[in-house]
Amino acid sequence: MNGLLKFSTKRSNWAIPYFIFLLIFVVLPLVLIVVYAFKDNSGNFSLQNFVKFVSQPEAINTFIYSIGVALITTMLCILFGYPAAYILSNRSLNRSQITVVLFILPMWINILVRTLATVALFDFMRIPLGEGALIFGMVYNFLPFMIYPIYNTMQKMDYSLIEAAEDLGAKPSKVFWKVVMPLSMPGVMSGIMMVFMPTISTFAIAELLTMNNVKLFGTTIQENINNGMWNYGAALSLIMLIIIGATSLFSDSSEAASDNEGGLI
Amino acid sequence: MSNNNSIIKIEHLSKSFGDKVVLNDINLEIKRGEFITFLGPSGCGKTTLLRLLAGFLRADEGTITMDGKDISDMPPHLRPLNTVFQRYALFPHLDVYDNIAFGLKLNKVPSDEIEKRVRKALKMVSMTDYEDRDVNSLSGGQQQRVAIARAIVNRPKVLLLDEPLAALDLKMRKDMQMELKEMHKTLGITFIYVTHDQEEALTLSDTIVVMSEGNIQQIGTPTDIYNEPTNSFVADFIGESNILNGMMIKDCEVSFIGHTFECVDKGFGEHTEVDVVVRPEDIYIIAQTDNAKFTGKVTSCIFKGVHYEMFVETDNGYELMIQDYNPFEVGSTVGMFIKPSDIHVMRKERTCNTFDGTMLSPTSVEMLGAEFECRDCGLQAGDKVRVRIDFDKVDLLDDQEDGTLTGEVHFILYKGDHYHLTIKTDAGDDIYVDTNDIWDKCDLVGIAIAPDNMRITKRI
Repeated sequence: MNGLLKFSTKRSNWAIPYFIFLLIFVVLPLVLIVVYAFKDNSGNFSLQNFVKFVSQPEAINTFIYSIGVALITTMLCILFGYPAAYILSNRSLNRSQITVVLFILPMWINILVRTLATVALFDFMRIPLGEGALIFGMVYNFLPFMIYPIYNTMQKMDYSLIEAAEDLGAKPSKVFWKVVMPLSMPGVMSGIMMVFMPTISTFAIAELLTMNNVKLFGTTIQENINNGMWNYGAALSLIMLIIIGATSLFSDSSEAASDNEGGLI
Repeated sequence: MSNNNSIIKIEHLSKSFGDKVVLNDINLEIKRGEFITFLGPSGCGKTTLLRLLAGFLRADEGTITMDGKDISDMPPHLRPLNTVFQRYALFPHLDVYDNIAFGLKLNKVPSDEIEKRVRKALKMVSMTDYEDRDVNSLSGGQQQRVAIARAIVNRPKVLLLDEPLAALDLKMRKDMQMELKEMHKTLGITFIYVTHDQEEALTLSDTIVVMSEGNIQQIGTPTDIYNEPTNSFVADFIGESNILNGMMIKDCEVSFIGHTFECVDKGFGEHTEVDVVVRPEDIYIIAQTDNAKFTGKVTSCIFKGVHYEMFVETDNGYELMIQDYNPFEVGSTVGMFIKPSDIHVMRKERTCNTFDGTMLSPTSVEMLGAEFECRDCGLQAGDKVRVRIDFDKVDLLDDQEDGTLTGEVHFILYKGDHYHLTIKTDAGDDIYVDTNDIWDKCDLVGIAIAPDNMRITKRI
């Protein structure tokens, strides 16, 4: 009894449930993916799955296409999201918290519901579904994830830095390019991570908004696994994971350069 | 425009934030090359004045002229002055060199000259070899030096400093004060300095502007301000002082704490009520009582490093603060005297409360936004009246509900045997009260005035 009490009051032991959770739901699946990826159908070690991926133009094309869509989505999100975040955080342009909430509000609704609604809307307005609709849907779904971290960094920015720049002779445009812009980069980096990573692997939006005409990498993985090709699917997943991992490494290093904490992560 | 030696002229400058008047009709002329300090407690408007000069705020009224040119509406980036910010405001994404070069790069100064000037500025603030350091890795004092270098490298005509040393520890602050003074001498430009630290102001400045509640109380050299304060606020704020009620009997003769003293002040008239200021170090204290001017008992004695700070209660009940190199035992009887030249006489700003009001009926008067009962003195409803109430005839009540109106203790002045309080009513009027009770600043009080204590006269 005494031992149990000691065990349960020791602070570091409280982490054990989470540790077990991580082990079962994160580490184990990852290990399984790696193991499956390097095995052929009969369970022998081989690089067959990767050879198949490299030699199949269709898979590589889907892969490149997916990255392209993710890049375009991310770019558009920055393009629309950055000015929006700037306006929201600027005291003289926006005084109310309500506008901020309105921008974040779509995040409260499930992504599938939103996408289905978009499909219905496009049908109603007789706009053909396809690539354009796909990009629209992606940007619409992920824009809040870009705005929020940028807004957050801008809000936390020390206003006296802007005054200091003005004081040293910077006109408003220079203040933006020399001070606001570089200081908001951590937010932009967080935003990119929040948008780019999930967009690579989305498939629901693509399926619904293109009537299954456009195939993204996520769809390919899903199809393979659905059709029982576990090993090939695992290999594709692993490739995608490495790409996403690379982006996060890239933004990590740029974030470490600045003390200004970014947004959500 | 060098026909006169003033560089900045501030005329009728006013600024309010919402209902709160932060600066009220400020007029000030700043001389070329001087070290001028805006000194006052927090909320006195000194920082607002500095921000108006820098251009971060626009005045509601009034003009700022620099070298004969009206700069009131000029945006900050065009003004030929630079600011050292209180919390440094260094750009975290740039290293020391780029921080300092920021202004020069914007002005398209050739890069070899930038390098020369940055190095010179760094040398000036004793930060040579720190060019490549990340500003976040610097200590507070070092960051402040970089902030100063960043401002002076642009060779501004005027350098604004907003409490630049407030975040540093005492030792560092003292060192930086000396360096700033040295820097001011070397650069020869005008320094406008904001601080709430009176000692800092006295040490650094050529001219001190003492401010309180959006008004300038006094402008003068440190010695003027210390030795000849114009009113009890300045006397109380700058250094330690005994502020006492007194009576000017005739030229060079003033009576206070129950004795008549010789002094050097003239021109107050005969039998005029005045405020008398005596600095604690100017009261001589001796063990013998025979040939002393007046006597008293030591009630406390504290060692302050250089001197001892003692409180002495005089035989007729006044408490005086005295500083002396020699300690006197608590409870011992001592003799004291004051030299005529150490007695500073100030005209009283007021001798009683005066309010304008309107009679509501023969026995009630409306003033300060409330209705007061008064004695019938033959006036009719609607008559415009002036009401005078002596300071000691205003009653302060613990329970706000009991008063005719409520207010907050705003300023406390100890006058040797009583406290002189300024009470700000909820409507923003000031009521002055003499009391023996101890109140704290910001205490909420109820205010009552007995009908017999109001002297009502008709306004013409």
